[in-house]
Amino acid sequence: MAENDAMPTLPKKCGPYISSVTSRGMNLVIRGVVLFFIGVFLALVLNLLQIQRNVTLFPPDVITSIFSSAWWVPPCCGTASALIGLLYPCMDRHLGEPHKFKREWSSVMRCVAVFVGINHASAKVDFANNIQLSLTLAALSIGLWWTFDRSRSGFGLGVGIAFLATLVSQLLVYNGVYQYTSPDFLYVRSWLPCIFFAGGITMGNIGRQLAMYECKVIAEKSHED
Amino acid sequence: MTLTERLRERISRAFYSHGLLCASYPIPIILFTALCILACCSPLLKLPLPGTGPVEFSTPLKDYAPPGAGPRHGEPGERPDWYVGAPVAYIQQILVKATVSPWQKNFLAVDVFRSPLARVFQLVEEIRNHALRDSSGVRSLEEVCLQVTDLLPGLRKLRNLLPEHGCLLLSPGNFWQNDRERFNADPDIIKTIHQHEPKTLQTSATLKDLLFGLPGRYSGVSLYNRRRVVSYTVTLGLQRYDSRFLSSLRSRLKLLHPSPNCSLREESVVHVHFKEEIGIAELIPLVTTYIILFAYIYFSTRKIDMVKSKWGLALAAVVTVLSSLLMSVGLCTLFGLTPTLNGGEIFPYLVVVIGLENVLVLTKSVVSTPVDLEVKLRIAQGLSNESWSIMKNMATELGIILIGYFTLVPAIQEFCLFAVVGLVSDFFLQMFFFTTVLSIDIRRMELADLNKRLPAESCLAKAPCRARAAALRPAVPHAPHTPHTITLQPSSLRNLRLPKRLRVIYFFARTRLAQRLIMAGTVIWIGILVYTDPAGLRTYLTSQVTEQSPLGDAGLPAMPVPGGVLPAGDPKVDLSVFPSEPVQLSENQTQQQWEQQAGLEPDQHSWARGPEGRENGQLELGAEAEVTWGAEDEEMWRKLSFRHWPALFSYYNITLAKRYISILPAIPVTLYLKPQEALELRHPQEASRYQPFLAEPGTPPERPAQPRAHQDVTLYKVAALGLASGMLLVLLLFCLYRVLCPKNYGQNGPGRRRRGDLPCDDYGYSPPETEIVPLVLRGHLMDIECLASDGMLLVSCCLVGQIRVWDAQTGDCLTVIPKPRLRRDSSSIFDYQEGWDPSPDSKNGLEDSLESSQQLKRLLGPPQPPLFCDQPDLSSLIDTNFLERAGTAASEPRLRAVGARHRDSGYDFSSLVGKVYEEHGSAGGRNGTFPGLSAPHGPDERGLGDRSPGDEPCAGCDRSSPPQSWGGDLESSIWSLELQGNLIVAGRSNGRLEVWDAIEGTLRSSNDEGQSGITALVFLNNRIVAARLNGSLDFFSLETHTSLNHLQFRGGPGRGSLPPSPELCRGAALRCRLTHGVPCAHHKPITALRAAAGRLVTGSQDHTLRVFRLEDSCCLFTLQGHSGAITAVYIDQTMVLASGGQDGAICLWDVLTGSRVSHMFAHRGDVTSLTCTTSCVISSGLDDVISIWDRSSGIKLYSIQQELGCGASLGVISDNLLVTGGQGCVSFWDIGYGDLLQTVYLGKSNESQPARQILVLENAAIVCNFGSELSLVYVPSVLEKLD
Repeated sequence: MAENDAMPTLPKKCGPYISSVTSRGMNLVIRGVVLFFIGVFLALVLNLLQIQRNVTLFPPDVITSIFSSAWWVPPCCGTASALIGLLYPCMDRHLGEPHKFKREWSSVMRCVAVFVGINHASAKVDFANNIQLSLTLAALSIGLWWTFDRSRSGFGLGVGIAFLATLVSQLLVYNGVYQYTSPDFLYVRSWLPCIFFAGGITMGNIGRQLAMYECKVIAEKSHED
Repeated sequence: MTLTERLRERISRAFYSHGLLCASYPIPIILFTALCILACCSPLLKLPLPGTGPVEFSTPLKDYAPPGAGPRHGEPGERPDWYVGAPVAYIQQILVKATVSPWQKNFLAVDVFRSPLARVFQLVEEIRNHALRDSSGVRSLEEVCLQVTDLLPGLRKLRNLLPEHGCLLLSPGNFWQNDRERFNADPDIIKTIHQHEPKTLQTSATLKDLLFGLPGRYSGVSLYNRRRVVSYTVTLGLQRYDSRFLSSLRSRLKLLHPSPNCSLREESVVHVHFKEEIGIAELIPLVTTYIILFAYIYFSTRKIDMVKSKWGLALAAVVTVLSSLLMSVGLCTLFGLTPTLNGGEIFPYLVVVIGLENVLVLTKSVVSTPVDLEVKLRIAQGLSNESWSIMKNMATELGIILIGYFTLVPAIQEFCLFAVVGLVSDFFLQMFFFTTVLSIDIRRMELADLNKRLPAESCLAKAPCRARAAALRPAVPHAPHTPHTITLQPSSLRNLRLPKRLRVIYFFARTRLAQRLIMAGTVIWIGILVYTDPAGLRTYLTSQVTEQSPLGDAGLPAMPVPGGVLPAGDPKVDLSVFPSEPVQLSENQTQQQWEQQAGLEPDQHSWARGPEGRENGQLELGAEAEVTWGAEDEEMWRKLSFRHWPALFSYYNITLAKRYISILPAIPVTLYLKPQEALELRHPQEASRYQPFLAEPGTPPERPAQPRAHQDVTLYKVAALGLASGMLLVLLLFCLYRVLCPKNYGQNGPGRRRRGDLPCDDYGYSPPETEIVPLVLRGHLMDIECLASDGMLLVSCCLVGQIRVWDAQTGDCLTVIPKPRLRRDSSSIFDYQEGWDPSPDSKNGLEDSLESSQQLKRLLGPPQPPLFCDQPDLSSLIDTNFLERAGTAASEPRLRAVGARHRDSGYDFSSLVGKVYEEHGSAGGRNGTFPGLSAPHGPDERGLGDRSPGDEPCAGCDRSSPPQSWGGDLESSIWSLELQGNLIVAGRSNGRLEVWDAIEGTLRSSNDEGQSGITALVFLNNRIVAARLNGSLDFFSLETHTSLNHLQFRGGPGRGSLPPSPELCRGAALRCRLTHGVPCAHHKPITALRAAAGRLVTGSQDHTLRVFRLEDSCCLFTLQGHSGAITAVYIDQTMVLASGGQDGAICLWDVLTGSRVSHMFAHRGDVTSLTCTTSCVISSGLDDVISIWDRSSGIKLYSIQQELGCGASLGVISDNLLVTGGQGCVSFWDIGYGDLLQTVYLGKSNESQPARQILVLENAAIVCNFGSELSLVYVPSVLEKLD
């Protein structure tokens, strides 16, 4: 997607692209940066989706509405997504079970689209009550995992991420950093864990796909006849 | 379980027959599908097109009542479904037309509108104070009007101009806060009006439009208003519809300001419904989803491969998905389900849910069926292979959607319904439409292939042929050769990772992206303009219509008619042709009439008294204006921007999205102002600023530059800016075009190859290719085995052992050294037919008996035409070329299955030869003419000993001779060749080392001390190192010897052949003396030998390398690290040693310390060639891949997929220029970036021949080995610049 986001200057000997792909540390950094920007972008867009209902026909200032959330939200989301995206392939490597299921960019795109769709549904569709909303979203998230991941480690990590993220947002709300308009689950919305779970799976998917490039290089290097 | 299997089988059978059906009748099925799609989409025509333009509906004013809030009843066809409930507001406009009448010619331009505008305050007061007194009490405007609250916080600057906290009543008076005093004190009305106009172009409503209630150009408030009629409206927003109040207001206004000739129809209320407008904030997520969708489609369709037209199939896939969606919407509409969801929003998700996967799976499955089947069967088989998974996926998706349906959330239910119908219709289309398209595509591909293929050859399809060929290859050496040949793919895509910047640029250049984007953008923009602004279009159309219709005459801008029809309301001024004196205007009308008769004097008087009295030279005739009402004035609001009302209401934070307003018929008001009124109102400053407004069309008034309306200035500015930016854009695009597009369009000659044949990188970019005519060095009749060069001369040796010396500059053949002994033992498939003329045969037979003497004669005599070189020998059996690994080494490891045996026995060829001889014996009786087949000279066949019937029994060799003695006795082909100065050193298979004079073609010296074949040679200065098959290493030195001691050159005792003749040693004889011998350097044959920097490196089949010092032949290191036989060694002056082995690994060594620097696994199969530049190691392998490695880190930079059989042909011209061989071409690559620079075709005759060896000479010429001929190519001048 945006591999050339960070293209540092490298010795002239070999092309910058080649050495950046082949050097391990550089690869990690590039992946991290790419994931970070994807996370920031998704955070902005999804945030816009959430606040969209209050947007009037002629908003006085469109640009401000894009950045209507606090300044720290997109960087946090970006960092978190970079972490998750790097954690998934790392975990795969340590568990020794490389993820083989549907490793293609088209599948990743599909996953991202479904994730945005889940967010869209949570923001736009009118549900009768919150339980229904949360249950639907939970089912959708599980469906996302089943369709695009199907690895136990991915599920576990997703649940862990969802739990942690919900906890963090609980703490944030508890300390009054921000608030939800209509909290229904302690201090936050009950669909929050589902969204976090789906987001974790999605970012993990992207991260794994990005890591494929590194894996390919290493595999080519170390293959024996 | 059994049930599942049965089901599975049944499904697969059904799919099979379906596939047969589709592939058999493609056209009818496609037509049927198209009909189905059209039928299912037809209900969509009834649906309103989505858009943002407002929709209108009008009801008669009479008996109008707001519609009920409930569902509509009555005739549903007439009322639109949005016409429910009360409107947001009723809009009542009071359209005022005012003019100063009669007009005096000495009036100023401002007089046209100043006094008419001044009357607005009075009018507004009248409206505001209007009250209806009837039985139910007193009703004032305040009760019925729309009460507005605060403006939006962002609109502070409009605060004084728009009403707040009260009735929504807009009039031009708002510019002066409805304060007449302010108006009177305003020195520049136009400036006041325009001060809030936006500086830029804007489509939405401006403040002027809002307050005037009609478009600016109709208002007449301008300095150049020739009609002198000023129009404006007073716009009233009403909360509820009170017919009695409104009619009373109407009648009162009409009474006060009658409009006698007004013919406005007042019978209908127009309701305008506004669609939801998509703001930018809402657009961003939408755009994001669409971007994701397109990325998904892109990544999906990219996977379609191995078909005739990738784009066609991708298009078919997208069409399948899109039309299935349309079908689902159409079907749902047909069954009474109207889509309430926003189609644009859910559409991407629907596509993602339905997905393109099935289509891709189908394609993949079909193309992976055996290619030699019939197309029908292929389709059927492919379908049935994937049937189970398709059905399973479909069932799963349906299940998931069904679960979604039971969430009982209306939106999700609707989505699911659409998705289900979409899925089913998608399945239908996949099965019928896409499968058929696929079958057509595959049939096309096969046809194309058949046309391309030679009829005799029988390899079927393009792509799988590769795989098959690869699979067949290892088996070839065992099997006796059959005439069946494998056609190679003419050219293959090269897998290459280019740097990103190049990729982007290539992509731009290839797709002409910029052009297309601009085109698409323009089309979309025009479409949007046409689509979203129906009001504008309609206005245009109506104006066209009214201009043409007779009725429309009234609507034309009415020129002032002097002495026209009398306004009925003012009968006394009916003939007031002349302007009256201002002083007397205050008096009654009779006086006015008198004035007209009285003549001109009072006028003159008045002029003298006026502020402009200095211009009193001429009497000005006044004209009386008349206000006309025409069809154009009806529904004046239609001419407003369609954003007018939404914009107005949005200022008060009221959205009109999905709601409607009702616009009541306007109340016409006509105002005639007397000239003295205009004069009274004139602001003192205006009088000094403006000159009199001259109404004569023929004498345009000179206007000062200052009061020129700034509107015009803005227009000019915009125009200038537009022009400038347009020019800039053109320049920019031109530059981009120059940068991005290859510059040599015109170079394409007539004999162009098809694009598909061109070598290109995996992005389809094919760099400019040239066709140059190389110097073709012909003369060899057999495949060339060994090549050597010292820059000036070029020595080649072919399979028959003929050595030719060429001038590397001119390509002339200088010397031919024929094969030392001629023997007709067998013929092989490699012989060309032209060699088989009978006369040489008979000669050969004679010469065979006189073998040795003939030999000598030939050697001594001048170079002869290659009469005897067509004589086949067994050298074809032997894989000889160990030094020039290119080509030979490529084929040698393919023998690996057999090769293992070979290696164990140390290249004991006896068994092989024995077999050959046996075969030959059996076939010897047949005097065969070759059955019209010209044998290809592929590398695969090189090692083959396939026999064709020989013409006569082998004369020179005893057929019954024991095979064991063969290697030493009967045959000696040249296995290695070196050239230095004009001395050729040739190593023969019988261990004999010969030194020839390259110019004269004489044998200068020879050495027969070793018995084992010389596999590799190094010739440095006067030192010759020969590596032998038995692993020993001999160091010779060449000494000039004057004495005729020819006995030293005697062969070994066991050999009865070639006794050195005295004539050999005429002149300054050379002596080749064995200085050192390392009898057991390796215990397996030495396969690679290199020397540089005073070191000699040997690589052997015993998996080790040894480094010797060249001076004293002292072994310095034994390098171990490979797990296979060494096949390639490279050493250069920097003491870096690289070695490649049969294990596919490359090791880099430090020669000084003997330590291994790095170890790379490079290839599947043997490393066939290895070379280094200062920064890279370049290796080629049996897998036909050339890999480029970073020399210091050992990291693979990229790899180049070579064509079959050209794997080992590579050469390095300079540090950043690599040349590789292909089918009849050589390609130049930039090593640093892996960028294909240029492909040079070497004439047309070589198209079928792969370049097997490439030798780079110092003078930048490249020698390619195409079978039996050499091509001498000079590096294109384009590339030389790169160095």
